Amino acid sequence: MKRISSFRRHRIAGPILVVAALFTIGTAFGVASALPSAQSTMTTGTSTLVSEGKAIFLRGCSSCHGLHAEGGSIAPSLIGVGSASVDFQVGTGRMPMADMSQQAMQKKPVYNAQETAALAAYVASLAPGPSSVTNESLTYERDGNSALGGQLFRTNCAMCHNFAGQGGALTNGKYAPSLMGVEPKYIYEAMVTGPQSMPKFTDATITPQEKLSIIKWLQAANHEQNQGGASLGRVGPVTEGLLGWVLGLGLLIGAAAWLAMKAK
Amino acid sequence: MKKSVKVAGATANYVDERTGAAKWLKKNLTKVFPDHWSFMLGEIALYSFVILLLTGTFLTFWFDPSQREVVYNGSYLPLSGVHMSAAYDSTLHLSFDVRGGLLMRQIHHWAALIFMSAIVAHLFRVFFTGAFRKPREFNWLIGVGLLTFGIVEGFLGYSLPDDLLSGTGIRIAEAILQAIPVVGSYLSFFAFGGAFPGTAFIPRIFIVHVLLLPGLFLALITIHLMLVWYQKHTQYPGPGRTEKNVVGYPLMPVYMAKAGGFFFVVFGVTAFLGAVASINPIWLYGPYTPGQISAGSQPDWYMGWLDGLVRAAPPLETHAFGHTISWNILIPGLIIPGILFTGMALYPFIESWITGDKREHHLLDRPRNAPNRTALGVTSITFILVSLVNGGNDIIATHFHLTINGIMWFTRVGLFVLPPIAFVVTKRICLSLQRADRDLVLHGKETGRLVMMPNGEMLEVHEPLSDAKKWTLTQHQLPEALPAPLPPSATVGLKGKIRARLNRANAVQIPAATLTDLKELGDGHH
Repeated sequence: MKRISSFRRHRIAGPILVVAALFTIGTAFGVASALPSAQSTMTTGTSTLVSEGKAIFLRGCSSCHGLHAEGGSIAPSLIGVGSASVDFQVGTGRMPMADMSQQAMQKKPVYNAQETAALAAYVASLAPGPSSVTNESLTYERDGNSALGGQLFRTNCAMCHNFAGQGGALTNGKYAPSLMGVEPKYIYEAMVTGPQSMPKFTDATITPQEKLSIIKWLQAANHEQNQGGASLGRVGPVTEGLLGWVLGLGLLIGAAAWLAMKAK
Repeated sequence: MKKSVKVAGATANYVDERTGAAKWLKKNLTKVFPDHWSFMLGEIALYSFVILLLTGTFLTFWFDPSQREVVYNGSYLPLSGVHMSAAYDSTLHLSFDVRGGLLMRQIHHWAALIFMSAIVAHLFRVFFTGAFRKPREFNWLIGVGLLTFGIVEGFLGYSLPDDLLSGTGIRIAEAILQAIPVVGSYLSFFAFGGAFPGTAFIPRIFIVHVLLLPGLFLALITIHLMLVWYQKHTQYPGPGRTEKNVVGYPLMPVYMAKAGGFFFVVFGVTAFLGAVASINPIWLYGPYTPGQISAGSQPDWYMGWLDGLVRAAPPLETHAFGHTISWNILIPGLIIPGILFTGMALYPFIESWITGDKREHHLLDRPRNAPNRTALGVTSITFILVSLVNGGNDIIATHFHLTINGIMWFTRVGLFVLPPIAFVVTKRICLSLQRADRDLVLHGKETGRLVMMPNGEMLEVHEPLSDAKKWTLTQHQLPEALPAPLPPSATVGLKGKIRARLNRANAVQIPAATLTDLKELGDGHH
């Protein structure tokens, strides 16, 4: 206390105080202005949600997808993709795209849940398409069968996403992402919309019930204990061979060198 | 004398009077072996083999090698109610419901990986030190046989559990079999007892895996070791070591203790890996059905280079006389491995043909003193490594954010470009090391101590080497070019010309320092 009170009279105390005050006010203003006007969207109805989504679309998406979402030379038309597609692409941060060279990659979402919902409502208003779902609406715990899900996964998904959902390589730098830690609704939406290189699994190919089973199996794989010790990435013999050579043979050669040294 | 000693003596005498073992044991227990860490690489392979036999026997108590269809109702719930083969079902049972079963499976698989890598490391040691030279060519051939059977044995073990990865491997093996021109499809039908996958294959490879090949291994390993025993072990050059003696320690008690101890070290390391690191988690792969496949399906590492070659092959096919020849499988899957393994088996004979050296060798070469051989070895390793990288191209692509096509093209070009570069670089390095040795003998070790002479001259003090070290660095004999007026038979025709050319290349060496060199440098002159 004494040090502070003596510092009060110091000749640079005044300027420091002014700078600190300016910094605080500036930061507060910056944070306040960066926050979306959450208050206003909370109370809007569907039509305002659509018009709000349209506003965001014109601002953030139309340069590639066209002013009426009709698509262009570098981006597909969004008419008829449905709210599921928007929820998946925007909600996982894949859209807006940062790098157009390979494929949209998962990153921190640019738009928050409200804005994503508005965008989804706008795109859904253009033409009917698959609807977005919520995690709560997916009753996979109750209606899914993980053994069946595993079989469906191995038949339809494992050839790209690996046997344990760890992801895999596709041609020319494209890839099937890891499915570990992905929210159930995004897995469901990806199946019905077929983003990027992924095929579309309509309800005729894989019924909604079966989709829930796949999600249930994936959740089980996600939380599966590593029964035999360290998982080594669950990518098969490549990491096993590496460990066998480096740690296995490495330790043994070390032991051999040590034994040969002792005899001297 | 203590009573216990008396009893032991009486027992030994009793046995000796009936078997005459004392004389044999006395001679052989004092047999001397040279000591070096690199001589223990083969031991690692031997001990892993013992571990494989023991753990493998344990596994057979529960494994059911049958492709009979069953419904799983064991304790691993995510597969509950799934239809699968009895082989896969019993492997799941072994992993989850047999006490210590998963640990044994994992030790077995880790021991198999270490077995193969120890064989390869042992092969490198034997090759680079020239231990395969006369009189050990037969043992080299047996070694090549063991390596080949090891690859097959490992692959069969990987195929037995009948999980998705196993079946994928068998499918590729079937494709390679079918790629053999004309008879391929017949061979495939013969091996599988009909169309793939059938129900005959797993029972068949089970017997090959647990009876035929282990028996062959036991026989070949026995001959391999008996030949080492009979021909004596090679040794690294050094003072007091000649082509006629072996400098080292007696079997009893030194090597008995060391080898016995080392067995437990090998067992410890494999058991440690088996306890802490998951290997081939078959329950995650699911049972094999021909309609399914996982991204990133790989063979175990000792087959990985083959897979990499197949992945690199461009799609080449020809159709002639009603037969399809799939060059894209035939060349990388059969022809290249055939050339590599034949070349490896024949190498001792090829080298002796090139150098004209028909003498016996019991002293090993330091790799730098055989630059051509060392360079050839590194060339082959480079080729295999590039293929091996391509075998894991999908895993490398996803984990290092590369494109799989980029890695494939790197391999396609690298397979032809990198091995020759490796040859030239290795040979240069070997010759430079020879120069460094020569320098060391003539001028001694640089100490980094600077001394100022009374007249102001600054000198760095060089410390002369010990006589033993000097001997080690200068004892080797340079490979000689074939005698100048070659016998007419030697250079006639293309074969003779190739031989003469290779012989000249082999004779490029830096002469070791001689006594005359030393004397010339001697008096006062630095």
